Amino acid sequence: MCGICGCGESQLTAHTHAHTHEHEHTHEHEHVEHSATVRRIKVEQDIFAKNNQYAQLNREYFRQHGIFALNFVSSPGSGKTSLLTATITQLPADCAISVIEGDQQTTLDAEKIRATGVRALQINTGKGCHLDAHSIAHALQDQIPEPNSLVLIENVGNLVCPAAFDLGEAYKVVVLSVTEGEDKPLKYPDMFHAAELMILNKIDLLPYLDFDVEKCIDYARRINPRIKVLQLSVKTGQGMTEWLQWLTISQRLSSIA
Amino acid sequence: MHELSLCENILQMIEQQAKDQQFTRVLTVFLEIGQLSGVEPEAISFCFDAVMAGSVAAHAKLVIVPQAGLAWCAKCYHHFEIQHRYDECPICGSYEFQIKKGEHLRISELEVI
Repeated sequence: MCGICGCGESQLTAHTHAHTHEHEHTHEHEHVEHSATVRRIKVEQDIFAKNNQYAQLNREYFRQHGIFALNFVSSPGSGKTSLLTATITQLPADCAISVIEGDQQTTLDAEKIRATGVRALQINTGKGCHLDAHSIAHALQDQIPEPNSLVLIENVGNLVCPAAFDLGEAYKVVVLSVTEGEDKPLKYPDMFHAAELMILNKIDLLPYLDFDVEKCIDYARRINPRIKVLQLSVKTGQGMTEWLQWLTISQRLSSIA
Repeated sequence: MHELSLCENILQMIEQQAKDQQFTRVLTVFLEIGQLSGVEPEAISFCFDAVMAGSVAAHAKLVIVPQAGLAWCAKCYHHFEIQHRYDECPICGSYEFQIKKGEHLRISELEVI
């Protein structure tokens, strides 16, 4: 049985865990029903409350161990995994990193990360469209991060659902590739509202596209006036220095906060 | 898109309530959905029956109570009703505002026996 929630599962599968133990006393109620009358119960509970509780536990765990965790979100194919592998190889060798990969199926992304020499754990969400804080709590138990390290979480490629699920990370980083169209911040506002940083990726392709960078940034700031923006190309390396600086400085700031 | 898993969360909360409050059947679930919660009421309704089947809330009626979005403008200090995150303040046109209401998804009440 797991120490996080007592759910008794050893495999990491989102969503299938929580209901198995709940039905143990259905049989003892039936006779009560004859005398019971209809009543109204005030509940006033937020559906995200459970996830937020787990997220808070994860956040506290990160804080106690000096871990800086980032949650990378984007649509599929924006270049999140390539950004992570480039980041890992370009950070100083003494920087301890571990990665949690979320995808509906396959372990392909975790294998790509492991090829860089860094530990990676793959969570397959199956039918799930996002990672939740509970699955991250399990991942942290299965792959214990080093103290004072960097934990990079790559969420399921999806600009909708991961916005609503706090994982306990310091920041969400939304990656938008310039092949996707500059109106994405307006079309998927929740994600850009939740993010601290927007990375515009694949800017080496800008000469071949009609993507309007200024308009995109303007749209993102309409949704989230405080969002920071970095432009880079993982392929050519342009802008990677600024990104690594942001990462290093944010990690340091979080350690003294 | 994640309405299915949200329905599963709703069921977990109902089952917990059933233990705490000692009831055996849920007749009605009153669910507040904020305008800016990112939750689609129709998708919730679509998943609800399937997820509740076989539980204390099997055949329960779902009553969705929509909650309007309310924002507070940090520039002109007015409150205004907001439909979308990309809306501007109708008084001064600013995008610098805080959402005060309408981001939540909450079970407000249950009708039970």
